[in-house]
Amino acid sequence: MARITASVYTSHVPAIGAAIDMKKTGEAYWQPLFAGYEPSKQWMKENTPDVIFLVYNDHATAFSLDFIPTFAIGCAAEFMPADEGWGPRPVPKVIGHPELAAHIAQSVIQDDFDLTIVNKMDVDHGLTVPLSLLCGEPQQGEAERGGAPSWPCPVIPFAVNVVQYPVPSGRRCFQLGQAIRRAVESYDQDLKVQIWGTGGMSHQLQGARAGLINREWDNAFLDRLIADPAELSQVPHIDYGDAG
Amino acid sequence: MALEKPYRDIPGTIIFDADQSRKGYWLNQFCMSLMKAENRERFKADERAYLDEWPMTEEQKQAVLARDLNWCMRTGGNIYFLAKIGATDGKSFQQMAGSMTGMTEEEYRDMMIRGGRSIEGNRYIGEDGDAQEHRQPQGAAGKNKGA
Repeated sequence: MARITASVYTSHVPAIGAAIDMKKTGEAYWQPLFAGYEPSKQWMKENTPDVIFLVYNDHATAFSLDFIPTFAIGCAAEFMPADEGWGPRPVPKVIGHPELAAHIAQSVIQDDFDLTIVNKMDVDHGLTVPLSLLCGEPQQGEAERGGAPSWPCPVIPFAVNVVQYPVPSGRRCFQLGQAIRRAVESYDQDLKVQIWGTGGMSHQLQGARAGLINREWDNAFLDRLIADPAELSQVPHIDYGDAG
Repeated sequence: MALEKPYRDIPGTIIFDADQSRKGYWLNQFCMSLMKAENRERFKADERAYLDEWPMTEEQKQAVLARDLNWCMRTGGNIYFLAKIGATDGKSFQQMAGSMTGMTEEEYRDMMIRGGRSIEGNRYIGEDGDAQEHRQPQGAAGKNKGA
C-alpha cells in the first residue's frame, strides 16, 4: 500500500528561482536564505520519496480568467516549465504519475470533493521553485545515466485557486487534505509519497500596502498548524485579508 | 443580492473578486498573451498598436502604457497577470511591488530586509499606518514623481 512518509513546506518566491538560475546563490543578499535550506536539502537526499504530491497555487499561468478551478489535479505524464513572461526556467520538465493521480482524483471525487482534472498544463514557479530549493540543481551525473537532467522523482501537481476571490476556506482545505490521505493510503502499490505544500505566509504583493509582513501572526499560524490544525482551519478569510 | 464584500475596509488593497474580474477581463487576457515570446516582441516593438488589438478600455491602455500598476488594478487588473508586464520589461517582482508604494527600489528593499511593512495602523481604513490613503505617496520616488 502507498503511504505518506512526510510533509514538506516551503516558500516559492520567483526571485529565489531567478537567483538559482542566474547563479547568484552565493551573493551576500541571498546567502542566508540558501544556507537555511541546506539541512532540508540534505534531508531530501536521504529521504527521497517515490512520488511528491505538490500542493501549490498557479499564478495565472496554466489558468487564465477563462477557467478558474478551485482545486485542480495534474494527471498528465509530464508537465513543462511555463514561460511566465521572462522565458521558461532552465529546469527539467516535471514527470507526473498519471496512475496515482488518477486514483487520487477518483477517490477524492467519490469522497464528494469536486476536483478539476487537468491532462495538459505548464507548471510555473509555484511548483518549480520548491523543487529547486529542496532537490538542488539537477546534476550532470544524472544526465550521464539517462540523458537529460531530471528531478529525483515524479510529481503530481495540485493547484489551489488564489487568483480570484473567493478562495476555498481553510476548513475545506483541511478536509480535502484528509481525503487525499485516504486516497493515497488506498492505493495498492507500495509507494512512499510525500505531501508538499507551498504558498506564502502573511505578505502582500500589491497596492499601497505591498510588503506587509505580520511575523507574530505567521509564527502563531505555524504553531497552530502543528498543534491544532482542525481549530486553525476555522479561521475566516477576512483574518487572512486584514492581518495575515 | 449583491456580492457580499467584507474586505472593503482594508487600506491600500483591492481584492480581486468577480466584479473586478469582469471589469478587467481583457486587460488580464492581454497580460496573459505576454507569456509568448513573439507577443512580447510585438508589444515591445509598438506598444500602442499591440494594445489596440485588444478590446480594452482606453483607460486600461493608458494605465499599461504608464506602467502604473495601481491604476491598472483600479481598472480591473490582477497582480498575478500584471506581473507579466513587469517580466516583459525585465523587472523583478520586488521592483514592481516597490513601484506601487511610491518608494524607490532601495527604500522598498530596505523595508523588506528590516522585516517588511508593519501591520500597525494598516489593518483598517481610517488608522494612521503608512499604507493609508492620507499617507500616500510613500518614500522618495513618490515625492519626486509629484514634483
